[in-house]
Amino acid sequence: MGKEKEPKVRNFHQAKWDEPVIFELDTDGERGILIPEVEKEIEECVGDGVSALPENMRREKPPALPEVGQMRVLKHYLRLSQHCLGADLNVDLGQGTCTMKYSPKVHEEFVRSPKSAELHPSQDESTVQGALEIIYKLDTFLREISGMDSFSLQPGGGSHAILAMASIIHAYHDLKGEADQRDEIITTIFSHPSDAAAAAVKGYKIITLYQNEDGLPEVEALKKAVSERTAGLLITNPEDTGIFNPRIEEFTKIVHEAGGLCGYDQANANGILGITRAREADFDLCFFNLHKTFSSPHGCGGPATGALGVTEELKDFLPVPVVDHDGKKYFLNYNLAHTIGKVRSFHGVFPAFLRAYAWVRSLGPEGLKEAAHIAVLNNNYILKKVKELRGASAPYAKGRHRIEQVRYSWEELTKDTGVTTEDVTFRMADFGFHLWSSHHPFVVPQPFTIEPTESYSKEEIDEYLTGLRKIVEEAYENPEKVKNAPYRSVVHKIDNSTLDDPKKWAITWRAYLKKHKQRE
Amino acid sequence: MKKKEKPTHPYIPNSAPKIKAKMLEEIGVKNIEELYADIPASLRYKGELNLPEAILSESALKRHVEGILAKNRSCQESISFLGGGCWPHYVPAICDEVNQRSEFLTAYAGEPYEDHGRFQALFEYESLMGELLDLDVVNVPTYDWSQAASTSIRMAGRITGRREMLISDTISPDRLLAIRNYCRPVVNIRMVGHDPETGLIDLDDLRSKISSSTSGIYFENPSFLGFIEPQGKVISDIAHENGALSVVGVDPISLGVIVPPSHYGADIVCGDIQGLGNHMSFGGGHGGFIATRDEEKFVMEFPSRLFGITKTAVEGEYGFGDVAYDRTSFGVREEGKEFVGTHAALCGITAGVYLSLMGPKGLQELGQSIMQRSQYAMKKLSEIKGVKAPLFTSPHFKEFVVSFKEARKTVEKINRFLLERNIFGGVDLSPHFPELENCALYCVTEIHTKEDIDQLVRALKECLG
Repeated sequence: MGKEKEPKVRNFHQAKWDEPVIFELDTDGERGILIPEVEKEIEECVGDGVSALPENMRREKPPALPEVGQMRVLKHYLRLSQHCLGADLNVDLGQGTCTMKYSPKVHEEFVRSPKSAELHPSQDESTVQGALEIIYKLDTFLREISGMDSFSLQPGGGSHAILAMASIIHAYHDLKGEADQRDEIITTIFSHPSDAAAAAVKGYKIITLYQNEDGLPEVEALKKAVSERTAGLLITNPEDTGIFNPRIEEFTKIVHEAGGLCGYDQANANGILGITRAREADFDLCFFNLHKTFSSPHGCGGPATGALGVTEELKDFLPVPVVDHDGKKYFLNYNLAHTIGKVRSFHGVFPAFLRAYAWVRSLGPEGLKEAAHIAVLNNNYILKKVKELRGASAPYAKGRHRIEQVRYSWEELTKDTGVTTEDVTFRMADFGFHLWSSHHPFVVPQPFTIEPTESYSKEEIDEYLTGLRKIVEEAYENPEKVKNAPYRSVVHKIDNSTLDDPKKWAITWRAYLKKHKQRE
Repeated sequence: MKKKEKPTHPYIPNSAPKIKAKMLEEIGVKNIEELYADIPASLRYKGELNLPEAILSESALKRHVEGILAKNRSCQESISFLGGGCWPHYVPAICDEVNQRSEFLTAYAGEPYEDHGRFQALFEYESLMGELLDLDVVNVPTYDWSQAASTSIRMAGRITGRREMLISDTISPDRLLAIRNYCRPVVNIRMVGHDPETGLIDLDDLRSKISSSTSGIYFENPSFLGFIEPQGKVISDIAHENGALSVVGVDPISLGVIVPPSHYGADIVCGDIQGLGNHMSFGGGHGGFIATRDEEKFVMEFPSRLFGITKTAVEGEYGFGDVAYDRTSFGVREEGKEFVGTHAALCGITAGVYLSLMGPKGLQELGQSIMQRSQYAMKKLSEIKGVKAPLFTSPHFKEFVVSFKEARKTVEKINRFLLERNIFGGVDLSPHFPELENCALYCVTEIHTKEDIDQLVRALKECLG
């Protein structure tokens, strides 16, 4: 083991290119790329092609896109990329609930291979046996990890999987003739906002259980909430506080006895792989985010996958198609009696499946468990250190350990110095870090959520903690320094006042010119 | 021989024994098991996960995964005429160069400071799409066209306070399944028929079905079946006369040569950006857009993130941020508009790069070349005995229905024959449209050469001769 280095924050400055908006690069006559010329014989045969359009459908005035040469387009976007800190550059502990783990680079070679990138989803099954094999085998892995009986990889993210769960819950009660009566979904305040919001899309009334002093929802509150109107429960565990609800079996039992189904939001299951499963807690449905626990990169927010698992009883409700194997070959099975139909086009986000498959294979059963172990180790190490910071606290579950993340609070720091969570998050950018507040509403005052995953070395974790410590010191000595941050990021304090004003907001460049530059 | 020490997994640095021991000591526990004290024994998984053993070296992993992928035959190794919502367009090298950058690929939800580039790139995407669509508001991409159409329909319902949507029955069947699920049980869907000759919306049927309960009419242009719907203005007028909205799905790559839906009265426009620089990836390259006019009543009904441009404390510096965040489920949970989460941002950044490269002339030339090539294909295919292409008499853009009715051969059989000659024939429409038995949807784009098309024609002649 090398000599331990004294952790310190970097003398960091993010790239600052002062890069214009692409429209400002417009130069009459420049071209970024050319189109293959149409063969002379084709032109002789059909003419100019566009004359076939009815007059009222012809676009006479071309779209006002900028004209920019190729190298300049490249440079522009590379500069923008340098204005962005991905997990590959950042020590990305600060985006709690999102599992910003390492996305192995070799996976990118797989997804960029023409053998996956140039597959059309409607190809003959005989030509995509490799792709179907990946889907089928990943399905079996996820069954094992969750204890569920069948998976659909179609949903395009966690919220989409929640929508699919709510759709299955609705279809299930509909089949029993109880869909109108069962119009309530129960969730908890520390479950993801989409557990409430995506269920509401299906017309459900949402009942939200709040936490007790331990940070957990009360069994008694659930008993009061259930009735003949209960369609189901959608819940995260451990919740976004990183606290595991030890009475979860009672929760699923109470909901089942009331006639409802139980859906487990396992968007983030990183601390419990091989430790505890949806099956043991008696859930009917669950989902894993392949872009979180299973290493597919987040891509600035997708494309992604919320892999949806169900028990045998609900298999026939899954979106179609699912992949099956007849002993000789893999095939697409559309024949599910009560299918909800589809949630995403075709088969879902294949590149995410491929990466998740490779990730599971590269770790094996022991490695998966080790990933969970180390994610939990790292988290509790940080918990110990953050609690030592002046002005910071970890509400609820005092004296107990947490699973994969912790929702902390700067309440005391704010009271003492006026420096808020938001101020701290902006100041962190000056050290090349990101810190996220938390999902709304801020039940925990001045919240921030840290989730280190298994990916970062102790030394990196210490560096991140040093950043927090430095800001705390500044807050007590010179709060204005923190409040006016950032100084060494791409841009300075942003004026948000226009963003909520319909007269001033500008969601496109053309709207900006109209509203702020008076284009005629 | 000394027992081999188990190597530390390269993805899990702190599993190195000494570091692990030190961290446990700092926490004040003996082992990791203690950290799981909150999970009751009854819930603990006792067994070992029955998963295949780890492939620890990257070299072996690569060989293993590529071995599976080798079982695929890609469109690059064949001549493919498959489309139907996932399209083979050329992907410029710069699109891949940008979207594989670590900075974009592994970013997620940073603040508009350290992730300024993500905000600007997506704002530019919105802006470039805005020019293409001639509309001032475009969202950060949602999952795909299916979701974009579903949300557009739900938005129309909220804006009008009505619960019935009319949908043209030439819509993609795949998309319709998603829309039906997304709308159930809040919005009722009623289908509007089409003219069997032209494929165009049956205006009499539309007039007979529209009522004071109708929130809008949704149709696609070009339609899923490839033809262009020139009655957009009439359809939008019928909707508006009845207090309903006109909602149009469009293939954005057609908009270099075809007028955007906003010019014929569309209130909400949606579609897919896969074709704009994103690989097909077995259906994994999709992203959905939704666009409207810049009116508060529309903007406030979007569930998606909308990135806006603003200023900073420093004169002349651009800042970016979320517009009207409090309408989203991130802001107010179930009180928000539908929901927002992780969708398809990287496809949006890529589409922005694509449109920047194309520019106005590129898109115009692209649209024209697609029309020329597809017209050539239709013409040559029609010369084959027993083949009719296109089946519908309206003008088409890049896709068209090929009818083998007279040849009395199923698409399944024909496609099997073509496959043996390394050609992927068009999507079989028979299972989805009863009236289109023995018909297939063919897709021809700028990547298809004359020789590709001629090969198809020769193979079909052989098959049907």
